[in-house]
Amino acid sequence: MDLEFLIKYKMFYISGVKNTLLLAAFAVFFGVILGIMLALMKLSKNKILKALAISYIEFLRGTPVIVQIYIIYYGLPNIVPFHLPDMAWGIVALSLNSGAYVAEIIRAGIQAVDKGQMEAARSIGMPHNMGMRYIIIPQAFKNILPALGNEFIVVVKESAIVSVVGITELMYRADTIRGITYRAFAPLMVAAVIYFIITFTLSRLLGIVERRLSVGD
Amino acid sequence: MIKTINMHKHFGNLHVLKGINVHIKKGEVVVIIGPSGSGKSTFLRCLNLLEQPTDGEIIFEGISITDPKNNINLQRQKMGMVFQQFNLFPHMDVTANITLGPIKVKKISKGESEILARKLLDRVGLPDKAKAYPKQLSGGQKQRVAIARALAMEPDVMLFDEPTSSLDPEMIGEVLDVMKDLASKGMTMVIVSHEMGFAKEVADRILFMDNGIIEEEGSPKEIFNNPKSLRTQNFLSKILY
Repeated sequence: MDLEFLIKYKMFYISGVKNTLLLAAFAVFFGVILGIMLALMKLSKNKILKALAISYIEFLRGTPVIVQIYIIYYGLPNIVPFHLPDMAWGIVALSLNSGAYVAEIIRAGIQAVDKGQMEAARSIGMPHNMGMRYIIIPQAFKNILPALGNEFIVVVKESAIVSVVGITELMYRADTIRGITYRAFAPLMVAAVIYFIITFTLSRLLGIVERRLSVGD
Repeated sequence: MIKTINMHKHFGNLHVLKGINVHIKKGEVVVIIGPSGSGKSTFLRCLNLLEQPTDGEIIFEGISITDPKNNINLQRQKMGMVFQQFNLFPHMDVTANITLGPIKVKKISKGESEILARKLLDRVGLPDKAKAYPKQLSGGQKQRVAIARALAMEPDVMLFDEPTSSLDPEMIGEVLDVMKDLASKGMTMVIVSHEMGFAKEVADRILFMDNGIIEEEGSPKEIFNNPKSLRTQNFLSKILY
């Protein structure tokens, strides 16, 4: 395999990786914040909040992410009165999508904590919020972490899809090299390996965190 | 101390409590017996509003706790509860389980709470388990820690929801001994139990519940030796003790 293109176009890959990491990091961050809010809404007793959260989660999980990206990238800028750079729209699209999945992960993690735990907390006079903070959330966190880590990895991989609207992340850059060099296999293989290095590193790191947390058990 | 007035509880279409009127006096040990599904546990769980009664009133120390404006968290501090499944906090050690309420709810200092925890662990016979985690304890030990956790709030009444029902037989005695000790020190106690021998020995009053009502009540002597209701007779004839 002739890898000369690697030297010639290495700046393409470097800037692509930078943008991919940026996209993924922000999407995970905002996705988690949105996910926490949606999970709490879905678990709340308020019927309106609950219905809103359920509708949102079902809709976002039930439509293709590429359609969502087109709607947000091409559709939203015409409706909203402010201007955002391309990257930001990519982050918005990925966060809105990831938030729905994160919400379900968090909700399931909280509901997996035995009902008796909250009852015990309430029985010593703790208000509901205090019980959530000291009893439910710490236990839910351990339940949630493996699935949440998985979702982070999914976001890194899914971020490749925003290349379809011209956001210059890793996939877009690899495809550009393909266009310039008339070669497809090697440039795309390099992109695949880079994605793999990112996700593999991430999954190892999460494994370490999980082991640390299970020490208290 | 606790008074329920015409208390009802529905779960959907299921009418579980059908007008319960009970008055529990200070220092009294009341044991509730009856077949499963009779509403015993639901009744107990209504007393600290873990279940919200659908009708009727509960008065605790002169305050109507079923009043929607009442803040139940204040009365719950005065009503200790012990569960069938222990419900210890698995992510905390024994001391943290016991001191959590005093520190977070009563705002007592950590040092003072830990001294209290040590005293209570002595009292339930587990002075060497202060740093153990719940999963390292046997069922009987867990339940004794759960009792210590409830006592740490210095409650005026203790509610026990089938405290020995999920224990191996050889561990029942150690939990009942702790409860007997509490009773002898004058603690007001309401106990849902299948331990008839214990009920006979410790109870000041027995309530026999069946089908959502209090079918019969009286001293252990009256209930066990001379039950008036046919259902009570029927129930007692079926159990060995």
